[in-house]
Amino acid sequence: MRKLLLLMLVSSTALAGEPSADRQNTLRNMLKHDCGACHGLTLKGGLGPALLPEALAGKSDDFLADAILNGRKGTAMPPWQRFINRDEALWLIKVLRNPEH
Amino acid sequence: MKKLIPILGFVFSLNAVAEPRATGDLGVVIQREDGKTLIVNSTEHKRLAEIEGLGDLSHASVVFSRDERYAYVFGRDGGLTKVDLLNDAIAKRIVQAGNSIGGAISQDGRFIAVSNYTPGGVKVFSADTLELIADIPAEYDDGKLSKVVGIVDAPGQRFVFSLFDAGEIWVLDLKNPKQPAVQKFRDIGKQPYDALISPDGRYYIAGLFGEPGLALLDLWDTSKGAKRILPEYGKTDDKLPVYKMPHLEGWAMADDYLLVPAIGKHEVLVIDKRQWQLVKAIPVAGQPVFVRARPDGRQIWVNFAFPDNSLVQVIDVKDLSVHKSLTPGKAVLHMEFTPRGEQVWVAVRDDNQLVVYDTETLTEIARLPAKTPSGIFFSSRAHQIGL
Repeated sequence: MRKLLLLMLVSSTALAGEPSADRQNTLRNMLKHDCGACHGLTLKGGLGPALLPEALAGKSDDFLADAILNGRKGTAMPPWQRFINRDEALWLIKVLRNPEH
Repeated sequence: MKKLIPILGFVFSLNAVAEPRATGDLGVVIQREDGKTLIVNSTEHKRLAEIEGLGDLSHASVVFSRDERYAYVFGRDGGLTKVDLLNDAIAKRIVQAGNSIGGAISQDGRFIAVSNYTPGGVKVFSADTLELIADIPAEYDDGKLSKVVGIVDAPGQRFVFSLFDAGEIWVLDLKNPKQPAVQKFRDIGKQPYDALISPDGRYYIAGLFGEPGLALLDLWDTSKGAKRILPEYGKTDDKLPVYKMPHLEGWAMADDYLLVPAIGKHEVLVIDKRQWQLVKAIPVAGQPVFVRARPDGRQIWVNFAFPDNSLVQVIDVKDLSVHKSLTPGKAVLHMEFTPRGEQVWVAVRDDNQLVVYDTETLTEIARLPAKTPSGIFFSSRAHQIGL
């Protein structure tokens, strides 16, 4: 029982924090190709605006997470909540703000 | 013996001279992640060369010179590269804008036009030297510049294109390149996202993202302006989310119909070409991206946006229904038919492959490796209006 509780505790903290390594790979791939379809593979923009750190600087995490999860009415930005949850959206925003090289 | 050596030398050198290459069965394949393109041969199912240095090809499009010798590659970063298919080399390259989406070649093959997002507008270049011939900013509403989409060549040495942000269609006449003449059609519909021209060069049709229907311009008589077709279709339905815009270059005209991807619905729409009315809405597996007709018009091949992008469906035009569903692999980005349609080449991005199907048996006949392939363009496009 204790082991089970411990496992539940560990896994729930993992859910509340960073996505797993595997999931991170999936998300990065989605960012590149599926977000990239409109925002450019280099994120410099296309049909959709650029997603580089300078472009996101004036926008809050909440605003961006809402745009990702719910889309933006009147624009071509669709809702992605079917595929990613809020924590994952926030992780993606972190990645966009701090691109690793 | 002494006399024999020079003779043998001569004979061997003849063998060493390469067979001249023909370009009619060649194609260009965009490798979107590494800025390279492949030159392929559709008769032999072979990769002939890999050309590097084409910049950002994360979205790219290609047109061919009138003599089928050169491929003009329009890259996402505004790069315009003239690739020599005879010598496997870049003949010339310029970077002409900040963000670019596509291009076209004029009726007489002398001019290349590029449609740009940034700065919004169209630039025209000499197909020979790539020097700038004309610059047409897509200005609307008090000096704002609109993204330009859906550029095609049209008979009469014209280019036709749409302004996404402005909701306009413009016709550019280049009969006198020193004095380009632009005819503007305003309020044609909200957010035209792409367009096609019918194979006979008569009808320019733009898909609308911002409202139902499509905008149709009859180039035989533009005095009536653009007309809305299917204005009521799907108006009250909830639109399904669109994860990738349909691409209309490949819109299919087959039999008496125009077949187009629905936007926000998992359907291929069949429109009667005479009355411009909806004849049928064919249910398909996802949001269609490309709806492409086999050259004889008997089959339509459809691929889809995320998350249904591992599927391809084949519609039989005889009964306008899906006859087969195929799974070529992960992330099918494009399909291209050989000139008379016996094969179709399918780009499968995440499997890093090109898969070739026999269109009669619908079976796979070859695979070629390609790194994250996207667009496949065969040289026979050189002789097709609108391509």
